Amino acid sequence: MAVLVIADHDNATLKDNTEKTVTAALKLSSDVDLLVAGKGAKGVADAAAKITGVRKVLLAESDELGEGLAESMEALVVPLMSGYDAVLTPATSQGKNFSPRIAARLDVAQISEIVDVVDANTFIRPIYAGNALETVQSSDAKKVITVRPTVFKAAEHGGSAKVETIAAPAKPAKTHFVDQKLVKSERPELSGAKIVVSGGRAMGSAEEFHRVIEPLADKLGAAVGASRAAVDAGYAPNDYQVGQTGKVVAPELYIAIGISGAIQHLAGMKDSKVIVAINKDADAPIFQVADYGLVADYKTAVPDLMAALAAAGI
Amino acid sequence: MKVLVPVKRVIDYNVKARVKPDQSGVDLANVKMSMNPFCEIAVEEAVRLREKGVATEVVAVSIGPAQASETLRTALAMGADRAILVQTTEDLEPLAVAKVLKSIIGRESPDLVIMGKQAIDGDNNATGQMLATLLDWPQATFASAIEVSGGKAKVTREVDGGLQTLEIDLPGIVTADLRLNEPRYASLPNIMKAKKKELAIEELASLGVDTAPRLKVVKVTEPPKRAGGIKVENAADLVAKLKTEAGVL
Repeated sequence: MAVLVIADHDNATLKDNTEKTVTAALKLSSDVDLLVAGKGAKGVADAAAKITGVRKVLLAESDELGEGLAESMEALVVPLMSGYDAVLTPATSQGKNFSPRIAARLDVAQISEIVDVVDANTFIRPIYAGNALETVQSSDAKKVITVRPTVFKAAEHGGSAKVETIAAPAKPAKTHFVDQKLVKSERPELSGAKIVVSGGRAMGSAEEFHRVIEPLADKLGAAVGASRAAVDAGYAPNDYQVGQTGKVVAPELYIAIGISGAIQHLAGMKDSKVIVAINKDADAPIFQVADYGLVADYKTAVPDLMAALAAAGI
Repeated sequence: MKVLVPVKRVIDYNVKARVKPDQSGVDLANVKMSMNPFCEIAVEEAVRLREKGVATEVVAVSIGPAQASETLRTALAMGADRAILVQTTEDLEPLAVAKVLKSIIGRESPDLVIMGKQAIDGDNNATGQMLATLLDWPQATFASAIEVSGGKAKVTREVDGGLQTLEIDLPGIVTADLRLNEPRYASLPNIMKAKKKELAIEELASLGVDTAPRLKVVKVTEPPKRAGGIKVENAADLVAKLKTEAGVL
């Protein structure tokens, strides 16, 4: 069987969600091709060609593919599927946007956010915010799958696949790109960061969130996250949100500050290697998943932590 | 302008799902059920469009068991004008739901469909995109703002790292993200009024839509439990443990 993986990138750099999805694809088949769809993305395709295990890289470019329009992605991928038995897409906001369209057009189920491959037809995926794992067997001839990248190890670089340019589809008639505003940040991206520092509702205000969480994150070279409660209250932007309704992260170190640990938040971070919780409520559910718990008010604990890090030469 | 809002009855947002001992699924017996939170946001947005005079009618649709009529009554109490229940005891996959909705939309001809981006039981995040594809209507998913005028909808979307704005020609499909609005609580007078609003019930079989499942659920299991850790005395103790014991600093 042959498998197509759709690369995650921002037209300039390849994101490691791609290498992680290649690892999942290689569990299905050794015939794995990669599709880079974008605009001005030749450099991304060249980087993708170095991923070990990739047979060839397909490159398609147009304005709409660069803007990530779901209709264009579907129109590009569906005709290619005559040559593939499965298509795997990283479950990013972009992947989640277009992948179900490919499934619907092919009249097959989408197998969403898999966390493991049992065999070529059987997959494991989280349901109910990760409170249950469902093993599903697909009877469809073609598999359309999104992959939760955080649970797969990134494939290595060391290959030298050929890059083949393919034609881009026509512009969609009824969807028009207006603009895109990406937040420029010096910090690592939340979903791929090695350390994440998250703040919760206890912060009390957006100013306090910036004042407390961000310096600690910067000291550790960490990404900044937030609980849904903090986002709902307007203390942090939505793309900081960790949880069932936000991003799923699995860093080496996750530090939860003033976060009680609602089910939906735990769903987004419980696969982190080491979890630290700082909360003044000793009974907060976050302590049940934390490797290291510090029962203290963040107002004193965070400055103490900054000082202790400095004393340790960090 | 007519707005159609599909809504789903799911386990309440605050209830922890428990896996059945025989691994056949999640135990929903005697568990509090509510409207899926993202569907609530979709209903709220549709009702606001009507209150602004942009929409003239809001129709809520649910596919599910007889009890899903309670979910539709909630939508009516929030301000939807009428409701349709497609009754079935089957648990439909997103592709099947999209096909059933397509059939209802063929008859209702709404100008705009607003629906939740994801149901918190199956966590698929797929139905809206599938419906747009089957109808050949434009889609704007994960909306945090919607402006409707002149037969178009300008939709601000939550994307990784920021916001994207699309303009779609109507009719079209918009899926709601968390920050689109804060849904209202239905007031008691509105709950009473909702009891008098039209709620049509039809059997799924009468629609003649192929809803056969494509995925067989082999088993449903509990995720591996995280062993609880230890409490540390102070920040210095924490840093020492992270450095030497955990090795993550």
